[in-house]
Amino acid sequence: MALARLLVPPTARRGEAVEVRLLIQHPMETGFRREADGRAVPMNVVNTLVCRYAEREVLRAELGSGVSANPYFAFWIRAESTGDVTVEWVDDAGERGSVKAVLTVP
Amino acid sequence: MKRRGFLRSTGAAIAAAALPASGQSSLLPRRDLAALVAEVTGGATPGRDGIAMEIPSLAENGNSVPLRIRVDSPMTAADHVRAIHVFSERNPRPRIAVFHLGPAAGRAEILTRVRLAVEQKVVVLASLSGGRYRLAEAQVVVTAAACIDEGV
Repeated sequence: MALARLLVPPTARRGEAVEVRLLIQHPMETGFRREADGRAVPMNVVNTLVCRYAEREVLRAELGSGVSANPYFAFWIRAESTGDVTVEWVDDAGERGSVKAVLTVP
Repeated sequence: MKRRGFLRSTGAAIAAAALPASGQSSLLPRRDLAALVAEVTGGATPGRDGIAMEIPSLAENGNSVPLRIRVDSPMTAADHVRAIHVFSERNPRPRIAVFHLGPAAGRAEILTRVRLAVEQKVVVLASLSGGRYRLAEAQVVVTAAACIDEGV
């Protein structure tokens, strides 16, 4: 399973848009690269990524080989109430990954 | 004579060093992104205001070029950004990414890092509720190319 980091502010005011940062450890193989022995490395990128906040989808990304290795994203969510922020993704090899953080709205 | 010889040999060396780059460039022709944009907009002409993209005009490493896209939108149920598309003029694959968002985002802004194969134009297209579209583009010069450098 791939490593990932998800960063949300520790607390937020209700109604405020807060920045969420996500870093996934993934090679994002383009399919254009070759090993030293000449074998082509098959394309394997994180093709779909979904972020949910309190079970509700807030961001869905469709990605291609034009996204850098170890993809990084920052996006915003509107804080409503204390809840889980989860990100789930899948790559071309069918590997799934997920990461979770808690956003506290006092 | 000596100086002339030096100039001749260094000139040749510089030309030789420049060759691979131009060779690579010809492998990746410019494509007209209008067709890809029209695929999203259905032929509607996107507005050019209310959208900003930040990307370095000179990228030292094409493997990781920071990109920020911001669309002016209240992000309410009635008026929000539905999707942001990122297109590349000369990468082997023109579709870099699509981000689907909505009112729950609170703010229509995305930051990421992209790969750029060679010097080219990058186009971002935002699809808004109510069938409106906004487009921004930027030209980027890439010093060390991505995608086609097999050693990377």
